[in-house]
Amino acid sequence: MSDPLLAVRALDAYYGDFQALFGVTMQVGEGDVVAVIGANGAGKSTLLQCIAGAMHVRANAIQYYGVPIGNEAAHEIVARGIAMVPEGRRLFPSLSVEENLLIGGQLGRKGPWNLKRVYELFPMLEERRDQPAPSLSGGQQQMVAIGRALMANPRLLLCDEISLGLAPIVIRDIYARIPAIVAEGVSLVIVEQDIVQALKIARHVYCLQEGHVALQGEAATLTREKITAAYFGV
Amino acid sequence: MAEFRVEHSNWSSRIGTAIVLVALVALAAAPWWADRADLRLLSEIYAYVALASLWNVLAGYAGLVSVGQQAYVGLGAYLLFGLASLAGVNPLAAIPISAAAAAIVSVPVAALMFRLRGHYFAIGTWVMAEVFRLLAAQTSALGGGSGTSLPVSVVLSIASSRQMREFVLYWVALAQVAVILLGIVWLLRSRYGLALTAIRDNELGARSNGINVARIKFVVYVAVAFGTAMVGALIFLQKIRISPDTAFSVNDWTAFVIFITVIGGIGRIEGPIIGTVVFFVLRQTLADLGAIYLLILGVVAIAVMLKAPKGIWGLIADRFGWQVFPLERRLVIGKR
Amino acid sequence: MAGLVPAIHVFLVAKAWMPATSAGMTNERLRSDVEWLNTILQGILLGGLYAMFAAGLSLIFGVMRLVNIAHGDLIVLAAYVALVATETLGIGPLTSLLIVVPVMAAIGYALQRALLNRTLGDDLLPPLLVTFGLSVIIQNGLLELFTADSVKLNAGAVETASVSLGGGLAVGVLPVIQFVLAIAVIWGLQWLFYRTALGRAFRATSDDPAVAQLMGLNNAHVFALAMALSLAIVAVAGVLLAVRANFDPSIGPARLIFGFEAVIIGGLGSMWGTLVGGIIIGVAQTIGAQLDPGWNLLAGHIAFLIVLAIRPQGLFPKVN
Repeated sequence: MSDPLLAVRALDAYYGDFQALFGVTMQVGEGDVVAVIGANGAGKSTLLQCIAGAMHVRANAIQYYGVPIGNEAAHEIVARGIAMVPEGRRLFPSLSVEENLLIGGQLGRKGPWNLKRVYELFPMLEERRDQPAPSLSGGQQQMVAIGRALMANPRLLLCDEISLGLAPIVIRDIYARIPAIVAEGVSLVIVEQDIVQALKIARHVYCLQEGHVALQGEAATLTREKITAAYFGV
Repeated sequence: MAEFRVEHSNWSSRIGTAIVLVALVALAAAPWWADRADLRLLSEIYAYVALASLWNVLAGYAGLVSVGQQAYVGLGAYLLFGLASLAGVNPLAAIPISAAAAAIVSVPVAALMFRLRGHYFAIGTWVMAEVFRLLAAQTSALGGGSGTSLPVSVVLSIASSRQMREFVLYWVALAQVAVILLGIVWLLRSRYGLALTAIRDNELGARSNGINVARIKFVVYVAVAFGTAMVGALIFLQKIRISPDTAFSVNDWTAFVIFITVIGGIGRIEGPIIGTVVFFVLRQTLADLGAIYLLILGVVAIAVMLKAPKGIWGLIADRFGWQVFPLERRLVIGKR
Repeated sequence: MAGLVPAIHVFLVAKAWMPATSAGMTNERLRSDVEWLNTILQGILLGGLYAMFAAGLSLIFGVMRLVNIAHGDLIVLAAYVALVATETLGIGPLTSLLIVVPVMAAIGYALQRALLNRTLGDDLLPPLLVTFGLSVIIQNGLLELFTADSVKLNAGAVETASVSLGGGLAVGVLPVIQFVLAIAVIWGLQWLFYRTALGRAFRATSDDPAVAQLMGLNNAHVFALAMALSLAIVAVAGVLLAVRANFDPSIGPARLIFGFEAVIIGGLGSMWGTLVGGIIIGVAQTIGAQLDPGWNLLAGHIAFLIVLAIRPQGLFPKVN
């Protein structure tokens, strides 16, 4: 049996003396869309930071196609094919929309994603390609952030709270494009506070509670009650 | 409601303070057990302890990293020479007067310099020192570019015999460093010291707690200018000769001072004292090497900055919890 | 820049209104007007050199918020590398650039990766103190190797060649070359920053180093490239300095100060502003020297302090 795209094995993560994650185990297969839900402070963003290489952990705790990457630097992990859409968008304010996208493609990884393809996915960005990134609306900035990550031609896209601060109609609009991304062969790990969206889009769901995996399973099989219990630790 | 009080001393500071007092008495008696060369060396050590301690308060506590304090060393010295040789003021009396005048000058300087932040502030202070140096070189009344010496009559007015002069100047040097250290301890124990420590640890946090950071920094800058000028005036009174390049030397009054403070430990009052001792030990052993000595000093300073940013005393204090001066703040709850 | 021309015009007109004591004064007045014009012209060209000192400083601060106190000493180091290159290989100063530029760029890359990257962070003291220590090390190292004697590079005939502009105005060929090179460097930096992938990487890393890493940029490498570029510019500045006047190991700090003053006057973040800043310092210095030889450096510092007092954000600050 071949190794899964991403395997998180008994991951512990610390901020100084404070332990944020306790033995988290998770798996992402090719073509999967995995949602990670949980209350604020549950450790969802921390989990993504560890995978993306922003936090260094035990090498074996995170494996990419069986290769231990837990202690690799962020830029090395991007080169392997894991890209992040950071929480809060974090576009580069001195750069225009197009320049932000081009930075994403800096490494020159081969794949279906390029400027043309990203503009096809998000047409309203093409009209604004030369505008400074901060001048766009929240929803548009989110699209730029996603496009920027796609430009790295990742196998695995990590999305950290892409619905944060956006109006429901904008959230729906963005999520409507996810299937097109998956269709190009990109797997996703989506961290979300919006449980409804997360359950709609994902096949597997993990619920974190205070750094532990409190619940996991196929989205279809999880009931409201089970999720509420796991979410709040009741 | 429980009563509480703030305690400053611990066991090590009680021992430390006792040692300091004993040392002070011994050093005051130095004219009787040390020879002339030793007295001069001790005076030099006092001057550097004072300058480094002052720089430590400015940079380590108030966050004002200045590489231009030589401006005030030279200013204090030139003011002393002017007052003593041109205005006939008694040289010893002229020391505090020069310091006060330098403090007044530091007010508009601060107003200008505070327009710059961080690294740019540092270089700005260097520019000011250069301006002072160039102005001194243009002042022909005090020798212009080549400098001048104190008239014999002025030197004699310190004390009639040479030996007495050496003793007097030595005691003044010791008194100066004692007063400056005492002043710093007093400052750090006070509410201003608490504010300074807050600023040192987290300036934004301090500001949002209502501390008037700008005003405190300003007061500290002027106070340090006063102290630095006072030390500078005495240094050159002892040398008897002054010139723009020696009075405003970056190497002597900034590079060495910074190295002393970094190696000894920034942000702690004991640091500059330890640093000065290490500096003079290095100097005695390496000074023959000339430029290489300075090179080694630079390498050591960089190494300490990268490997042990808290300096020698920082390592010791963190490891053992020692303090020489009673400066920590411990909350003690309950009736006495 | 726009204010400079009317300012010069006003200055000359004001001089013309000074009372003449005899008919013979008219010719003298005209000649001294030409003298002043020449002085200002020289100041402008000198400003180009100062702008080059400043460009390297400005670049580093823009990309990684580091002010390199050893910057001036590195310029002097470059001058000595040029000296060694020209003396051992028997080549001219301009040819020596082929050696000095790569050598200094390599030094910059190594310095950043091995030492300066470790000082970056929120705390202001480490980079300041480490670069200060570096300044002391370079100065004293050069002192040991080359002694305190003044030296100079010989550029041959071009050093004294001058071009007449008519009406008694003349400019040295070398200063013009320096000025043109300065403009080329600044223009090149602008082009690099805004039209190339590397420039994009610089700007992104400067904006948000953490996210830049998440996008695949290796910050350690990007910063080192920035320092290499800065020292490449320093190399050119060093060779120009070496040809222009005598130098010795101790003149570094003054170059740092001129560069720094040019950056502050011009306004943080503006490359062309740095050129204006350099010109203002240069003109202040040459005018000061005309009034009284001892005043040339002071005049430059005073110009800086005046700008600091009335317009601390500089003439063309970049609104961020």
